[in-house]
Amino acid sequence: MVPIANYLVLSAMLFLIGVIGVLVRRSALIIFMSIELMLNAVNLSFVAFARLWNAADGHMFVMFIFTVAAAEAAVGLAIVIALFRQKDSVDVDDVNLMKG
Amino acid sequence: METLLFWLLAVVALIAAGSMIIQRNPVHSALFLIMTLLSLAGLFLLLSAYFLAVIQIIVYAGAIMVLFLFVIMLLDIRRVEAAPSRVKLQKSLGILLGVVFLLETLLVLRSGVITDGAAAAATPLPEDFGTAVALGRVLFTSYFFPLQLAAVLLFVALIGAIVLSKRRW
Repeated sequence: MVPIANYLVLSAMLFLIGVIGVLVRRSALIIFMSIELMLNAVNLSFVAFARLWNAADGHMFVMFIFTVAAAEAAVGLAIVIALFRQKDSVDVDDVNLMKG
Repeated sequence: METLLFWLLAVVALIAAGSMIIQRNPVHSALFLIMTLLSLAGLFLLLSAYFLAVIQIIVYAGAIMVLFLFVIMLLDIRRVEAAPSRVKLQKSLGILLGVVFLLETLLVLRSGVITDGAAAAATPLPEDFGTAVALGRVLFTSYFFPLQLAAVLLFVALIGAIVLSKRRW
């Protein structure tokens, strides 16, 4: 059996790729995708810990993360569409409506 | 066999995730993200989370990513994303964060807090571990209140999405 630590390192690496995506990219769509990637990396470590301790609670958390991700995607993409109507771009640097 | 599968899926997941943030075209990014999600579903199977693996494919790779692709194609972004210029600060911040995180991970792994799979392999899994029956039993007993809250959250998100995308009232 593959050691659980391997799954955790993989999860950390995927999370990091997600963080780098959020920090480096300017397209709101790709930033959203990076956030999804980060949520999935966390899911992987939840499932790995559930396997380590033979408990279903980790799986429950993953289910709730699925729910939150679905809600986040729906609202986030609606915001992106509203933004595109307003500014004709999805570049996060163009969005400064609330800048003082 | 299991080890081989793990490494195969892990490498595919990492390469696809890396390509996702490098691609200029958002459609390609979305497709690479789907690839990552599918390899994660395979890893869930290796961890005997059967139900979650199926849900991962149906809900994530199916529903959520199709929603993403819909929006990308709906917006029809002509202007190519400008080269990341302002990003100097954030890029260095990202690299710094990465190094710190890597060091933390290595420290935790070396400290031996997480004992590896030997313990997990020794205790036999429950018969129905990771099946819909087992998950349903826990979901509708110990996690009943969070389940209701999740329903409310989805409802609010539904209303929010409609309100945000409505053009005129």
